[in-house]
Parts: sequence; C-alpha cells; structure tokens
Amino acid sequence: MSTCSVSKGCFVFKPSPKKRRVTQETANDFRIKTDDSEDSELRFITCQSLWNQIKSETEQIQEDLNKQLFDNLVSFLRQSHSEFQEKTSEWTCRMKSREIPTAALVLGVNVTDHDITFKSLSEVLQNNITPYIALLEAKDCPGIKNLMQKLMGQLMNCYIDVDSLEDEDYVQVSQNRIRCSMTSLISWYESVTKKTDSENLSKKRTSSSRHWQSPPVVVIFKDMESFTTKVLQDFIVISSQHIRELPLVLIFGIATSPMIIHNLLPHSVSSLLCIELFQSLSCKEHLSTVIDKLLLTTQFPFKLGEKVLQVLINIFLYHDFSVQNFIKGFQLCIIEHFYSQPLSVLCCQLVDAKKRINYLSHDQCENIRRLPSFRRYVEGQVSEKQIALLTEDSCIKEVTLKLLEDLNVYHENYVSVLRCLHVFTSSLPKYPLGKQIRELHCACLENRVWETEEYESSLQLARMLNKSDLVTMLQQCVEIFVSSSGKEFDKTVEKLKDFLTQFQKLEEAFQEQDVSVSSQKELQKKTDLYHLQKTLLELKESRRSKKLTKFEMLRFEVVDYIDSLVRNYLVPADHKTLHEIVYFNTASVLREHLNAAPRIALHTALNNPYCYLKNQALKSGGGSISNKAPDICIVYKLHLECGRLINLVDWLEAFSTVVMAAEGPNADAPSSDQVDDIIHARFIRAVSELELLGFIKPSKQKTDHVARLTWGGC
Amino acid sequence: MQVVFFFFYPLQLPHVFVNCVEYFTSRLLLEEILIQLQSCCSETEQTSHVPCDTFNDFVRLFKQAVVSRELQDQTLYIVLDRAEQLREMEANILPAFLRLQELTDRNVTVVLLSEIVWELFRPNIGCFEPFTLYFPDYSIGHLQKILSQNHPPEYSADFYAAYINILLGVFYMVCRDLKELQHLAVLNFSKYCEPVVRGEANERDTRKLWKNIEPHLKKAMQTVYLREISSSQWERLQCDNREPGQLKGLSAHTHVELPYYSKFLLIAAYLASYNPVRTDKRFFLKHHGKIRKTNFMKKHEKTSNHLLGPKPFPLDRLLAILYSIVDNRVAPTANIFSQITSLVTLQLLSMVGHNDQLDGPRYKCTVSLDFIRAIAR
Repeated sequence: MSTCSVSKGCFVFKPSPKKRRVTQETANDFRIKTDDSEDSELRFITCQSLWNQIKSETEQIQEDLNKQLFDNLVSFLRQSHSEFQEKTSEWTCRMKSREIPTAALVLGVNVTDHDITFKSLSEVLQNNITPYIALLEAKDCPGIKNLMQKLMGQLMNCYIDVDSLEDEDYVQVSQNRIRCSMTSLISWYESVTKKTDSENLSKKRTSSSRHWQSPPVVVIFKDMESFTTKVLQDFIVISSQHIRELPLVLIFGIATSPMIIHNLLPHSVSSLLCIELFQSLSCKEHLSTVIDKLLLTTQFPFKLGEKVLQVLINIFLYHDFSVQNFIKGFQLCIIEHFYSQPLSVLCCQLVDAKKRINYLSHDQCENIRRLPSFRRYVEGQVSEKQIALLTEDSCIKEVTLKLLEDLNVYHENYVSVLRCLHVFTSSLPKYPLGKQIRELHCACLENRVWETEEYESSLQLARMLNKSDLVTMLQQCVEIFVSSSGKEFDKTVEKLKDFLTQFQKLEEAFQEQDVSVSSQKELQKKTDLYHLQKTLLELKESRRSKKLTKFEMLRFEVVDYIDSLVRNYLVPADHKTLHEIVYFNTASVLREHLNAAPRIALHTALNNPYCYLKNQALKSGGGSISNKAPDICIVYKLHLECGRLINLVDWLEAFSTVVMAAEGPNADAPSSDQVDDIIHARFIRAVSELELLGFIKPSKQKTDHVARLTWGGC
Repeated sequence: MQVVFFFFYPLQLPHVFVNCVEYFTSRLLLEEILIQLQSCCSETEQTSHVPCDTFNDFVRLFKQAVVSRELQDQTLYIVLDRAEQLREMEANILPAFLRLQELTDRNVTVVLLSEIVWELFRPNIGCFEPFTLYFPDYSIGHLQKILSQNHPPEYSADFYAAYINILLGVFYMVCRDLKELQHLAVLNFSKYCEPVVRGEANERDTRKLWKNIEPHLKKAMQTVYLREISSSQWERLQCDNREPGQLKGLSAHTHVELPYYSKFLLIAAYLASYNPVRTDKRFFLKHHGKIRKTNFMKKHEKTSNHLLGPKPFPLDRLLAILYSIVDNRVAPTANIFSQITSLVTLQLLSMVGHNDQLDGPRYKCTVSLDFIRAIAR
C-alpha cells in the first residue's frame, strides 16, 4: 500500500528478519554515532529484546481480536459445502440453483492492516478447512486471463506445498500450464482429491482427517473495490457453471461498505452468489486494546511522552486508521530513544537495572548529573548531599537506584489510579475528560490534571451522580485496585469498601425514612388548600437552606477521596526525577520522520539551499537572490515572482542578470543585449529540471510561455 | 433461457456446446470445441491435447476430427452460448464461424445464443448474415406450466401448482427469470407446507395457505431476491421462525468510518465535483466580491448540477477547498496525498484521464449526496 511507502520511517524499519542479518552493523552504528563508552552495545541488545517482546505481544493482541471473526468464517466455510459432501439427491437440492457461497468480509478502511489479517486468515483456513487457498489482488488481475493464471498457479503450488513429496507432479504441472481454463482446474481438482483419497486408504493417516475428503477451494479477493467489474462478473459466471464439480468458496475483502457488491455486480451476477456478511472489529477498538496492553502496563519499561503519544494518535485518527502504522511508529520511538539517549541502558526491568547501575562508567554518571530532572532533584537536597551527589559516583549510583525504584512504584500506582479515574470520567455526560482512556492518559501526562478546567467540571458532574451509578463505579474501582500490582492500595481498597458498606447502610436507613415521610404526607392531605400551600412553601424554604442529606455528604466524601488519589498518584511523569531514562519525548524527531511534507521540503530546498547544502556562501539574508546558489534555485525564486503564465524570454533576462551579477562589474564588457550561450544553456537546463519536478508545464495558450502548476509566491 | 441445451440431448445429435464467457480467448475456445468434438462420439478414448492457435489450424483440425469420427453423413452442431463475447476476440473469429460450413466443406451448423440483437453483432468488415430466430419471452402461463412440472414427490401436482400460482402472483412483477423463480419456489416451499404438516389445513385449503404465505413471500422479495441476505441465511431463519429484522441486510451497513482528514478530503472533492469553478471564490473566500443575484442562472444550475453528475477537477482545486473548509491549518504532508490515493483505491474518488499523468491529475467524486451527508455529520 502506498500509504506507508511514502513516509521515511517505513523504509528504514523493515520487519525484523532483515534486521537480524545486519545486527552487527546496526550495533556498530549505535556505537559510532555516540562516540564512546556509553554502553551502546548493551543498549542495542536491550532495544532488540524489548522490541521482540512488544512485537510478540502485539501479534498476540491481533490474534485474540481476530479470533471471533475467524471462528465465524471457519464455521461458515464448513457449512457452505456440506451439501456437496453429502451429495444428496433430494428434490430441494436438485431443484435449487446452486449458488456460490460467498463471505463478504468488511475490514474497514485501514487497508495497510489487511495484509496481516489475510495472512493469518489463510493460515487459520489452511489449518482447519482446506489446503486449497488462493489470494488474489486486483493489481495482478487486470483481465480474466490473468486472474485464472494467478488462481491456478497459486492453487497448484499450494498443493505442492502441502505434500512436497510429489516432485514429478510439479514438473508435469509446469509443463502444461499453458491451458488456463476452468476445465483444467476441475480435472486438477479431481485428480488431487482422488489421490488423497487413495492415499488415505492406503496409509490410513489420521492426520488428514482435519480436511474432508473434498475440501472446498477458497478464493480470497483481497481488495474487492479495485477489481474491475468485468473480471469479477466473468469469473463468477464461469465458476457458477462448474460449482457442482468444483466446490468453490469466495471471500471478498471489502474496505468500505458491503454496498459495493451491488455496485460492482449486476443482479444477474449477484444472484449467483450466496453472500453472508462478516464484520471485523473496528480499528479504533483495536487501537485502544493496543494502547491498553502496550502503554498502560508496567510490563514494559519503555514509556511514551505526552507529545509523542499525541503525534502517533493524531496520525492514526487524522490520516490512516492503521494500527500497523501506529505500532511501526512505536517501534521508531523505541529505536530513537535507545539510540539517542545514552542513559536508556537503564530502561529495562528493575532487576537488570540494579545490576547495570553498578557498572555505570564515569561518563554515564556525568550524563545522569546533566539530566534536568536530576538537577532539580539535587537543588532540593541539603548542601552536603548536593556535593556528594555531584562529586561521588558511588553516591549517585545509590540514589539513582532508589529513584528508579520510586519511578517503578509510581508507574504501578499510576496505571491503577488512571483506570479508576477513567471509570468515573467515562460515564459523565459530555465526557469533559474524554471518552477513551488514552485521552485521559494524555491529559494526565501533559500537566497536573487537577489544575485543568475539565477536571474541575468533571468533578462537579461526579458530585451529581446518582447512587446506583456511584456504587457500581466504586465496585469497579475496588476490582481494579485489588487486581493491581501496587502494594500501597490495601488501605485504598479498605476505604472504598468502607464507602460501599456505608452506602448500603444508607439504603436501609432510607427505606425506613421513606415510611415516615409517607405518613407525614397523609397528614398533610387532610388539611385544606390554604394550609397546604403554606406548608408547601415552608417545605421549599427549608429544602433550600436544608443541610445536605446523608447521601449527599457521603457522595462528597467519595469524590473528595478520588480527588486526593488523583493528586497523589497522577503526577505528570516529567515532574518525576529521572523520567528521561524511560520516557521518549522528542516529538519533533518523530514528526519529521512520520509526517513527511514533500512539498515543504522541496520549497525549502529551492528557496533556501543553505538549509541542505550547508555551504557558507549560500547563507543569504531575506528575499535577495544570491547568484552563488545553484541555477535551479535562482530559476525557482524568479518564477515565484511570476503569475500563472511565465514569459520565457523575460525569465531568461532576469536569470542572466542575476548570474551576471556574480562576475561583477568587470565582466560587463560583452554587450548586455546578447545573452551568453552558456548562460542560455544553464537556464534551459534549470527550467527543464523545474518541469521535471512538476512546478511548470509547457502551455499552449501563448507561445513562448510556460504555465505554473503551483500557486503563491514570495 | 438456454433450453437449447435440452433440445440437443434427447435428439442424440452430434453437438458441441461451448460458453464463450468461460473460454475467454479464441485459442481456448477453439481448442475446447475440438476437445469436445473428439470426445463427443467416442468417449472411451482419451484425447490428446492439440494446440490450436489460429482459425486456419482450427479448420484443418476440424476436418480431421470430423473424418476420424465418421460424422460426414450427419449434421454437426456447434452451439456458442453468450455469443456476444465473440465480438471481443479477434476480428476474424465471428465472420469465420458464420462461414464455417463454407470453409470446412462439411455438414456443420453454427448456433449462436445471445441476449442481444443481431444488429449489435455486425462487424465492420462485413460478414455472412445468419438466420435469426427470436426466442419469445415466457408468458405467465408458460412460466406456471414449467414451474409446476417439477413438483416434489411428497405432494400432489395440484397442490404445487397452486403454490406456484401464488408465488408468481408476488414475484412476476419483478422477476421473469425462470431459474431465479425456480430457486425462490424451492426456498419458500417448506414454509408453504407448514400448516399442512402441522395439520392445521389440508392441501385444498388454498385460502388459508395463501394467507399464511403471502406476507412471507413479500418479505422474501425484499431480502432474498435482492441478495440482501443469503439464501442459506433465509433457510435458517425459516427453521427458527424468527423475524428477519434481526439479520441486517447488506445495504444496512452503509456507514463507512474514515479518518478525520479523509472525511474532509471527500467533502472537498464532492464540493469540487458539483460546484462550478466560478462559485469557488464566492463560497470559500472571506472577502469575496458582491454576489450578483441572477435568479435565472441560479435556478438553471440547481436543476442541472446533480443530474449532470460529477465533474472532474484538478488536484490543486481539491487542496484549495480542503484548506478553506478545515478549521485549523493543514500541512500538505505526504499523509494527505497518500490519503487521496487511498480514496481512489477505495473507489470513493476516481481518477480521470491517464493514470500515468503526473502533472495535474484530475479526479472525480463518485459518492452520493447521502453518503457525504452521513460523513459530514
């Protein structure tokens, strides 16, 4: 998919098998750039192992999320040709026109993720249903002929893959693969199924029982939208005629909506299909699970800073909806962090970190001292301690270890309290702090969440919650804390449970109260209208000034308690000492890599060549055009001053003036109206380069003019 | 209506039946004819594969085949189904088939089956005019007779005929395809029989049965017939006796989730496709000139623009409109450009003109107003 191939990051970070081979070199790269000692090799190894962990984790997530969908599909495929298996000769079966069983698989617009889904799908099918699977892509099938060729090639090869024993067969196939028609496909299928049958009889293999005697042939159309109508129609018509001999099942991968089937196929064709719809999980949910499992856990020591996370999420939401790209971005963050931050050697599990701290070199200790957060910490200490910290390496190692432990505890607590707060905020009307936990997470990382207006308003709303909601929320919170790994939450759990029992008591008390109130009301009924009005007014008055009920008091207490938890535990990470070790915060690097802006880059290159060439002579101030710049830059700058149509002669004049200025006054001897041939040639070359870059094109409206393709100017 | 197939079978005439869609190149087609020819008389002998690239080869091989099968004294029939496909092949194929008798000097008849009229076949180089035979549409009476012929063994013919009558009453308005009707008849028959099986009505009680089946058939027309839900799902529904409301049809899932900027891009594309260029300034600039109200012009435009369909627009215009409809600044990053391409692959936009044109590509917006409304919400 072109989406990922445009940005820089995706080129650099191809999947790992390639990286394996160049491991040594990459490790060297790490070292060379950071000049010396700073544990580059160890960092590289840590980075690798961390990424491998994360990768397997994400794959696991993907598998879990797709499980439901795949199960449904498998059962559909099992059913689809059950009639074919039984070979019934009942009246209904005889009379019914055989439709091709078709699964319409709606996968969402994130086309980049589909490849992986299809890969795992075909794996699942291969294990459960049938060895005969063909994956077709629209770009391979411009005509029905190509489609058939591709289909037969894949089917016959996959047969070979399954039983690689029969090499002779393969040779045979390749020899007469010229006839790509349905008949040859059917005869192939018959021969294959017969062969396996006989094999089964002779060898009595048990393993083959996972496939039936005549397994269906599954054809997957990866991108339904891009197929041309005619190819699809022809293929369906052809295969529907042979459906009795060849148990075919189609799977349409659909990115937009199932309506596309009706748009692509006329009724006469779609009536040959028996379409069932399968919908995959939305990519947003997928992202939430990924964030939940990768970021909001203490399993991985590496963390993302607020801005970085925001960049990644924005790319996801605004641009591509691709979870794959999100994970790629995450990978880039990891590599960049371990590459650029020498102290990232400590970004590992706490046990390892303890060992590593002891082996830290003096340079590394200096690095720690240079960290802004550590400096702040030192300034807070008494003066003797300050001196010790700044001079003795052993002291700093001790302190670092302690601080790292603190940081770890902070993370443990942070996650649980964040989830707890999310329970509250996610049920408030209008979601002042966001509906998703990732929004809340970002808000908490950004600055002190309790100082924001949104937090204020959400607390206010929380103070108006009704009791049943409040109780269920508290119960959820108790569950979160109980399951969390933090050690400090015993008290919290107790406190919350205490709240719950109080609510229960309140309920009982309230019921009693209810009885008394109703009796009061009965008394009131007997009074006349005047009195009634009076009492009502009094009641109203009293309610206004009345003290809060017990329930309200309790509610306030609960909200205050949650507030105190938040203030205690949800301190933004950059207020923590040594946060630089585990947090990756340089969003600008990430943005540069992932959000490439080719037009802007081109403009800067041409407008300000110094930016890329780093040649002192090119350093020019303001709008003046330096004659030392490359020709194309001069031509580009001149063309910015023109309108939509550019007169070539004028342009040449201007160009030669600028260039001649270089030679200075001593070179003005040749007549000024005659342009030098060399300058002319340079001009022509520069203009054709601009045309190649797509800034201008020849115009037919006026002779000797070219048209600008961009707009705007200096 | 390919009844011709059944016409040849019982008569034991030597014939070759080929579908031109299936054998999509001339070579495949000719080879298939030869293979069938070789096997049609002597089925015991395994035929060897003969390459046949041109019509010339075909004529030669055809003669050989006819001689070897001793068919000189009989008329041989070659039936070409979906013959309109022949027009897509090499220019000489169709005229050559029409003169096959002349070319091979054998007793052979070529039958072309097609759903379109002969006038559309006629190639520019001219050809031998075939004898045209029109196959009349089935009337409702015919349909009923044909459908009633194959009644299930458990029930009497009259009972089934009554059922077919009801079925046709519902479906005849929308569908006259025999195959499709047969399919529908089978699908819904079990439901029709239900009261009889339960013993609530006997086979003659047509009125009661009609009341039972009629709403059901109407529902079927809205769902199964349009392939909104598949026929196997329909059968399962019948077994469970549930309402089909629980199963959403294909067109119920029209909503498409798009990334933020893709939505804006699509909206911008829609605006660019349906608004004339000269109104851009008026709509998308803050300080535009005075709006000249020419009522006549406006009315004229309003009626035409949606009827005329989308117009192509250049990439620059799309981006300009995008910048003006998005609130905050949009950097023209690679991500934005790649989204345009992915919208094209999703068939929400379409590229106009050549694909390889790099300077000034032009697009068209292919989605409907309803779709845009849903997105813009």
